[in-house]
Amino acid sequence: MNIQKNIKVLIVDDEPNILLSLEFLMKKEGFIVFIARDGEEAFDIIKREHPKIVLLDIMMPKVDGYEVCRFIKGGSDTKETKVVFLSAKSKEADIEKGYSVGADLYIPKPFSTRDLVKKINMMASGVVV
Amino acid sequence: MNSYVLGLISIYYLAFLFIVAYQAEKKSKNAKSIVSNPNIYALSLAVYCTAWTFYGSVGRASTDGLDFLTVYIGPTLVMFLAFPILLKIVRISKTQRLTSIADFISSRYGKNRSLGVLVTIICLLSGIPYIALQLKAISNSFGILTRSILNSNILVDHTFYIVILLILFTILFGTRNVEATERHEGMVTAIAVESIIKLIAFFAIGIYVTFLLFDGFEDIYDKAKLMEEARKNFVVDKEIGMSMWFWHTLLATMAFLFLPRQFQVTVVENVDEKYINRAMWMFPLYMVLINIFVMPITLAGGIIFNGQGVNSDMFVLSIPLHFSNELLAILTYIGGFSAATGMIIVETIAVSVMVSNNLLMPIFLGIPASKELINRNPSKVIQFMRRLSITLIIFLGYFYFKFITEKYSLVSIGMTAFVVVAQFAPSVLGGIFWKRGTQKGAMAGLVGGTVIWFFTLIIPSLVSSGAISDQIMTNGLFGNSLLKPYELFGMTGMDNISHATFWTLFFNTALYFFGSLCTKQTSIEHNQAVLFVDVFQYSKGIENSVVWRGKALVSDIKSLLESFLGASRTERIVKVFATRNNINLNTRYADARFVNYSEKLLSGIVGTASARMMVSSVAKEEEISLNEVVEILKKSQELMAVNKELKQKSQELKLLTEQLQAANEQLKMTDKLKDDFLSTVTHEIRTPLTSIKALSEILYDNDDIEHSERQHFLNTIIKESDRLSRLINQVLDLEKFESGKIRIIKEDLNLEEIINDSVDSIEQLAKEKGIAIKQIIDKKMPTFQGDRDRIMQVMLNLLSNALKFTEPDKGIITITAYEEDGSLHVNVIDDGSGIAKPYQELIFDKFYQAHDQTIKKPKGSGLGLAISKRILELHNGTIGVESEVGKGSKFSFEIPLENTL
Repeated sequence: MNIQKNIKVLIVDDEPNILLSLEFLMKKEGFIVFIARDGEEAFDIIKREHPKIVLLDIMMPKVDGYEVCRFIKGGSDTKETKVVFLSAKSKEADIEKGYSVGADLYIPKPFSTRDLVKKINMMASGVVV
Repeated sequence: MNSYVLGLISIYYLAFLFIVAYQAEKKSKNAKSIVSNPNIYALSLAVYCTAWTFYGSVGRASTDGLDFLTVYIGPTLVMFLAFPILLKIVRISKTQRLTSIADFISSRYGKNRSLGVLVTIICLLSGIPYIALQLKAISNSFGILTRSILNSNILVDHTFYIVILLILFTILFGTRNVEATERHEGMVTAIAVESIIKLIAFFAIGIYVTFLLFDGFEDIYDKAKLMEEARKNFVVDKEIGMSMWFWHTLLATMAFLFLPRQFQVTVVENVDEKYINRAMWMFPLYMVLINIFVMPITLAGGIIFNGQGVNSDMFVLSIPLHFSNELLAILTYIGGFSAATGMIIVETIAVSVMVSNNLLMPIFLGIPASKELINRNPSKVIQFMRRLSITLIIFLGYFYFKFITEKYSLVSIGMTAFVVVAQFAPSVLGGIFWKRGTQKGAMAGLVGGTVIWFFTLIIPSLVSSGAISDQIMTNGLFGNSLLKPYELFGMTGMDNISHATFWTLFFNTALYFFGSLCTKQTSIEHNQAVLFVDVFQYSKGIENSVVWRGKALVSDIKSLLESFLGASRTERIVKVFATRNNINLNTRYADARFVNYSEKLLSGIVGTASARMMVSSVAKEEEISLNEVVEILKKSQELMAVNKELKQKSQELKLLTEQLQAANEQLKMTDKLKDDFLSTVTHEIRTPLTSIKALSEILYDNDDIEHSERQHFLNTIIKESDRLSRLINQVLDLEKFESGKIRIIKEDLNLEEIINDSVDSIEQLAKEKGIAIKQIIDKKMPTFQGDRDRIMQVMLNLLSNALKFTEPDKGIITITAYEEDGSLHVNVIDDGSGIAKPYQELIFDKFYQAHDQTIKKPKGSGLGLAISKRILELHNGTIGVESEVGKGSKFSFEIPLENTL
């Protein structure tokens, strides 16, 4: 199970209880997990740790998820990072906007944990999801 | 009294009138018309009350008792009952630009010249003696005051000089403008002022006699009853009484409508039809006021001068003189003088327009030599002819007075004039209500009526003056006993005036009616008949409709106008007309509407008949049938109606569109707000749902989770479920506020109690978190009106928010409450994390997520604050926050003590 040993995953969400479940799931898959509670915290970790995958909420205080995504995809050393939006905004327009700012995957909340885990694993192994 | 002093007083009075009239003219030039005032209009109608009223009412009352009232009941009835007739005459005259009764009749019957001449002559027949009557009153009153004997030498007769002054006044204020349709504002104002003066004067003498010489009305009547002479004044002779009252009232009714001076003030000088409404009550009131003291003065005169042979016509003067009250006598004289001059001025202006337009102008136009003169300077010629007419009329009146009236009483002259004027009734009333009335019928009626009038009233007066033998009175004309002037066809039992009224109107009406049925109307007659009878239907279309067809050169018509209006004025009028009616005047032949309009303009200056002559002299006319006229008028009416309707419709549509747009905006707005709310709510619901789902799945998939972690996950699931149901409750709650379904239960509340109760219910929670709650509450706060549960909800919401954001184990929450400026204030202060400025307003909003906005408000507050805000709004209160990040927040709300729920 612990194939993904050295892959870093950053989880960004302002809801502690969502962080709770995501952290559990990612750790269980063997990722190295980082946690940020808002966009600003996320910037620091991204610059410092260069995670391979970022699980990103959109609606957050201070800096929203779109901003974070643009930052990642705009930075020369971070643009390879995979961005997965996890958002309660589930309208077609929201999803479109998510992809338009550069997201690799958009998963509406509430999500299926099994499905999420499967997709993140594929992404970690280089498969385009 | 010295006659020079009284002469000077008369001159001063006239000078005063000059000033009044001059000021009014000046004001009207500065567009501050005094005359456009319903009061002035109503007062000017009182020109009806002449010297005959002022002196003659008492005179008549002393011989015929209450009969004098008939003369005033008639006009009062006109104002109340014949109002539609009056309105119709005014409307017709305005639309047709008619300036006299002669114009009115001749215009109705095909703009016929001979009718105009006939009417003018009848007006002269009634007007000259009437003017003479006024001069006689002036002269008599002057004689009594100065106790002088009338001098037959003109040059030493003071009346002669007053006549000269009156001519000057009338010329000055009556012929300033050649266009007779232009109103004589100065003259009308002067007349209104005179109406006030004569009323005041008559009141003064009335009050003097009734309350100073006697002890009120009752005293006079009591004393008079003792006298044989006065007793007959109270009794109406039953035999001829009733018929006499009927005929005399009818006579006065017609006189009020058709007397030249009445036509002048009521119709020609009318500025606004609406003023008739005011006159409707004001004029009858005037009639009542000026008659109140007639009977008391009559009786008092009878008592005072019992058997001394004092002329009762002059009681109003003789009484103050008898008691040596010279000042009052002078005031009375001025009152009588004003009544007389008012009549003379208006009558002369009215008749002079007729004389110059209907008699002199057509004659002049017929003479080639004078025609040239007219062409050279027409307005000067017209002005000259007006002035000539004025001078002639007043002088004729003067000579009539000097050489004929000596022998007759004021009343008989007045009533004789009334009867001849009443001859207009069939042609005018028939003309405005009966389309079939023809020119020949009108002519026959007028001539017939006038002949009968001459026979029944003038012949007898000639007999009594000795001019002809009295054979005719006793044996009848040609010895035929059926043709006695006072007993025509053997009719007896009526007084002379009623007798004459009956027979003149009988013949007049019959001739008019049967004459009309037997003759045919010409097309122009037909057209005019329709325009008169259906004036209310067509009056708006008349100016713009073509009721004329033919060919006329624009240049001819223009030069015709120019000669009467002047080049610059013509230019202006023509331009305005062309623009308003969208007519091109740069063509060779004039548009029919323009010709029509020009004729109307000209008829305002030279009268209908002369204008007709002038226009036909420059135009090659074609006959136009009535059907065509009606068709044209109908079309223009319809067109106007359609236009109006279209305009209205498009206006309505525009309004509707605007409303629709606004409603749409509103809907869009609400829609957007709803959308925002919905996505907010779904987002809020999805967040706990996400946690619940994810954690449940984890627990389900992982049997090997440690016990403590499992407990933690389960606890989170429970908390998130609570959050979810709380959220759902709040949404439902908020929906109730939004839709107005919320019911506030009003009761007297003690704020301190509510605060204590809410603190009690969260105390346990605070203790667990180790947070202290401090209360600083004013014990003397008054009770207020409100909903206990809802205020409690606000308090709990603020307190639980404060608990949530305050650091455990060391945080302090402070509650303060006090009364200030008529409101109760509550503050909930915490030393927690605080709220950044941009969110401070957002937190009270149920949409923390405005459209496309992804910045989230601080979590946890949910919809609680939005609900609190609404609760306070329902109490007319407010809620707000002051906060600094890291230092804490202060939530404050206030409720006015006098809030209306």
